[in-house]
Amino acid sequence: MKIAKTGNEAMAEAMRQINPDVVAAYPITPATEIVMIFSQFVADGLVDTEYVAVESEHSAMSACIGASAAGARVMTSTSSQGLALMYEMLYIAAGLRLPIIIAEVNRALSSPINIHGDHSDTMGARDSGWIQLFSENSQEAYDNMLQAVRIAEKAKLPVMVTTDGFIISHCMEVIDMLTDSDVKKFVGEYNPERFLLDVKNPYTLGAIDLQDYYFEHKMQEAEAMKNSGKIILDVAADFNKSFGREYGFFEKYKLDDAEIAIVCMGSTAGTAKVVVDELRAKGIKAGLLKPRVFRPFPYKEISDELSHLKAVAVLDRSDTFSAYGGPLFTEITSALFITRYSLPVTNYIYGLGGRDINTDALKKVFEDLLKNAASKKIENPINYIGVRE
Amino acid sequence: MSDIIEIRWHGRGGQGAKTAALLFAEAALATGKYVQGFPEYGPERMGAPVQSFNRLSDKPITLHCGITEPDFVVVLDPTLIKTVDVISGLSENGAIIINTEKSAAEMKKELNFKGRVFVINASKIAKECFGRAIPNTPMMGALVKVTNFLEINGVMDDTRKKLEKKFSRKPEIIEGNIKSIKMAYDEVSGE
Amino acid sequence: MNKKLGWKELPEGDILEAGTAKNFRTGDWRSLKPVYNAEKCIQCFICWINCPDSAILVKDGKVVGIDYDHCKGCGICAKECPPKATAITMEDEKK
Repeated sequence: MKIAKTGNEAMAEAMRQINPDVVAAYPITPATEIVMIFSQFVADGLVDTEYVAVESEHSAMSACIGASAAGARVMTSTSSQGLALMYEMLYIAAGLRLPIIIAEVNRALSSPINIHGDHSDTMGARDSGWIQLFSENSQEAYDNMLQAVRIAEKAKLPVMVTTDGFIISHCMEVIDMLTDSDVKKFVGEYNPERFLLDVKNPYTLGAIDLQDYYFEHKMQEAEAMKNSGKIILDVAADFNKSFGREYGFFEKYKLDDAEIAIVCMGSTAGTAKVVVDELRAKGIKAGLLKPRVFRPFPYKEISDELSHLKAVAVLDRSDTFSAYGGPLFTEITSALFITRYSLPVTNYIYGLGGRDINTDALKKVFEDLLKNAASKKIENPINYIGVRE
Repeated sequence: MSDIIEIRWHGRGGQGAKTAALLFAEAALATGKYVQGFPEYGPERMGAPVQSFNRLSDKPITLHCGITEPDFVVVLDPTLIKTVDVISGLSENGAIIINTEKSAAEMKKELNFKGRVFVINASKIAKECFGRAIPNTPMMGALVKVTNFLEINGVMDDTRKKLEKKFSRKPEIIEGNIKSIKMAYDEVSGE
Repeated sequence: MNKKLGWKELPEGDILEAGTAKNFRTGDWRSLKPVYNAEKCIQCFICWINCPDSAILVKDGKVVGIDYDHCKGCGICAKECPPKATAITMEDEKK
């Protein structure tokens, strides 16, 4: 059914249809509406969820961990400082292999204080052992939430589904919502193999691991993350078969015959598609690769798709301040190096604190790419878009 | 981007500029169009100048940047004209619709705008139709007329459905709002 | 417990089967040893409640002695045993 929903409404609706056993959350801009709308669903009796109002995001994730370990299907939502406050609990959720879902609305981190959309918060959690799915728009946010449940429970790993703060979270768009019964059928029942409320099969969870076992458990986590790639693709294939919307590790837009391309995540990819179309109309072979799965990072698949290009620009909506370039850039350049591809790749850091990125700015990036493709050289590997001198 | 219509709403915090853009987006969807509706967020203060935006198209919209060169501007509060550059980025092929008791000719002179200027006394219509000077529903009617992109009956039907959910015990509010949309649609004038 | 499991054999997610503490003989950590005198014992169960290692042996609803395989010799039982009874006293562990 076609319906107008903001990103936050779409994610809250997905949560309603998933009907999790427990939601523990502490509201924060711009994700506030997700739990606000969801708590109304709880109050109205539209879901069976136990809603736990907590005093901080640290407590929210702690309560989620407890509930998930007990055997419940668990979700929460947060953003920015909230995700940062969850930091130590994120690693615990992943280490205990609990399939918790976060509806995460990307927002800048303080300081300076800012409420708008960039990827700094999510990127801070990129090595916490959580699967990370980025969404371009409300539709993808909704679809990713539904798929996240299946991915998390099969991989035994937590998943964060992200949208861009305000740009998507507060933008009303047309989305195609599935029926409640279709979603119920797709996500299925949660039947954990082991859970703490299974009193007939007691076990200890989260015991101390010193030099003797810690490394083995972390190795298991790394392996689980690696194996989750296939699970993500299988769930996407089933989603496509059931509902006719295609998902994978990434979306390619006019990439196969492209000579130059931009790689970017989230809402900017939508704007970039318009620019690609305009350039194509002028006979310029431009393309786009939009990673959807940032963790596990599909390094080989992405390298293979970029290998034929004459020049690539990687756009990062967050900075690392000391690594060489933004997080997406370092992933892609290292992926290309490992897979022994050599092509000019440049980095553009943009949109921090919600700074607008428009079609003109993206056209300028493509102009740079045309130069790099012709000269086979890179003048400035790391660039900043739209920042005043 | 000629196949996308971009609209900017000017209002004051608490006046319903965001609600108007979202209602308009939903109404546009109901008539079969693709839409976006989004507010500009800053510190939220009652009475401060605020903006909200719409994109409309026959095709899915993937653009997610801000709107700086709108095709249409809607001004909910005429007192904003003195403090806000409401025609900023508005092309001369575009149009501005103002809630005012003044004439289009007067406003055109005041704004020093070469494109089309439309006026409608939406506050008065709102007061007459449903007893409160909240101009956003009649302004939707005026906008439908000026943009000439949506079908007015579809917009009225959808708005009625939305209001029926919210004001189920006050049918006079619902009918008053619908009447105000049609009245503004019929009465908006410009040059 | 001799062979350490590899990452492929370990249960996933920092899980340990219940009851494994029983296999750890922590009794040899002891330097002081509680000695139980059944004749003085008034069966108040205060030692049993307080023992952090569940090392007070109970049979047929009565305290009958100390589980020396797991008692670490902390002395809480002797300290908590009511003064009028003093059924548990601490002695040097003979090595």
